[in-house]
Amino acid sequence: MSQDREPLFSSKNMKLLREPLDDSNPITVQVLGICSALAITVKLEPSVVMALSVVFVMGVSNVVVSLLRTKIPPRIRIIVQLTVIASLVILVDEFLAAFAYEVSKQLSVFVGLIITNCIIMGRLEAFALSNKPWPSFLDGIGNAAGYGLILVIVGFVRELFGSGTIWGYQVVPEPAYSAGYVDNGLFILPPMALVTVGIIIWVQRYRNRKLIEEQQS
Amino acid sequence: MENLVNIFVKSIFVDNMIFAYFLGMCSYLAVSKTVKTSTGLGLAVVFVLGITVPINYLIHNYVLKEGALTWISPQYADVDLSFLSFILFIAVIASMVQLVEMVIEKFSPTLYSNLGIFLPLIAVNCSILGGSLFMQERAYNTLAEATVFGLGSGVGWFLAIIGIAAIREKIRYSNVPAPLRGLGITFIITGLMGIAFMGFMGIKL
Repeated sequence: MSQDREPLFSSKNMKLLREPLDDSNPITVQVLGICSALAITVKLEPSVVMALSVVFVMGVSNVVVSLLRTKIPPRIRIIVQLTVIASLVILVDEFLAAFAYEVSKQLSVFVGLIITNCIIMGRLEAFALSNKPWPSFLDGIGNAAGYGLILVIVGFVRELFGSGTIWGYQVVPEPAYSAGYVDNGLFILPPMALVTVGIIIWVQRYRNRKLIEEQQS
Repeated sequence: MENLVNIFVKSIFVDNMIFAYFLGMCSYLAVSKTVKTSTGLGLAVVFVLGITVPINYLIHNYVLKEGALTWISPQYADVDLSFLSFILFIAVIASMVQLVEMVIEKFSPTLYSNLGIFLPLIAVNCSILGGSLFMQERAYNTLAEATVFGLGSGVGWFLAIIGIAAIREKIRYSNVPAPLRGLGITFIITGLMGIAFMGFMGIKL
């Protein structure tokens, strides 16, 4: 392990943890893991549960694959990785079904779809296969947190405008409704999730100019 | 028969993989730069969904479901293996993709050179596993229904990626605000296409 030569939280390691939150955010920059990101963000609560599940699966699977990295024959690595991920996801699924049944009903097939969430496979391929367990763990946690961050923002916006609540509590005051305020039902429907993410990307790139794509893209 | 047509149309337009469930977004965004490559990937998805959903249907009904093992012996009537479904489905998909790739390479080199690079990508395309999981959740009654559902979902995905690719080819000539270029505008267009597809909601034959 690398601790002999560098401290556990050296600046290089912290960078692994911090970078995915903004400069290389998995959703808005690397374009990984969009699939499950959008469908479950109607409300804040499932978004947070989903984010935590992904943090768990990514952290553990990165460590496992990184430990096995010299043992896995390259030709069958995809199946090995999928098996590692799928076993962890089964754990998460059974755990949610046991302790948070309501949320697990809402998430339905999307818990299973963590398996094919490209962000996990992508990071395993790009990082864990060629790095030591501790940096891989940080990379996994960092990327999952970057993913979770976007999820929580989208979930927050959609729940606030779509149902006027946050985490199930009424936020928009009653007088506003009697004065003619109406919840925007469009935010509950799938297309608005895409538009919300589009706007997040817009804001992020406006503030962080180096992420802007060339015209010919 | 009417029922099958209904499932087919519904899985293309109403329950569209992209616009209603966001499945397969990763490759949808990454590959949709030109119509030609999108066609290749789209066809490969239709193909693989049409094969894996029926196979997983058989696995679900004859191995995993509660009481599914009674065809071996009645004493297995209360065995419930459905917690294994994720791992079995993904194994089936990964190996089917490999198999399909080899078969196509052997019998139709032209198709292989068209689909070639896209086939391995498909193993991790969420729409494929999603198709199988939705099939499990919605509990279709016959093999035919499951097959038609798989094909329909594939065709829906195909339509979506062709549409976005055509729009992206055109949008290159327009003056999009710099921070929105590329990914941002693609998201918003997909959202608008999704709103259009919502017009199909409630269709029933």
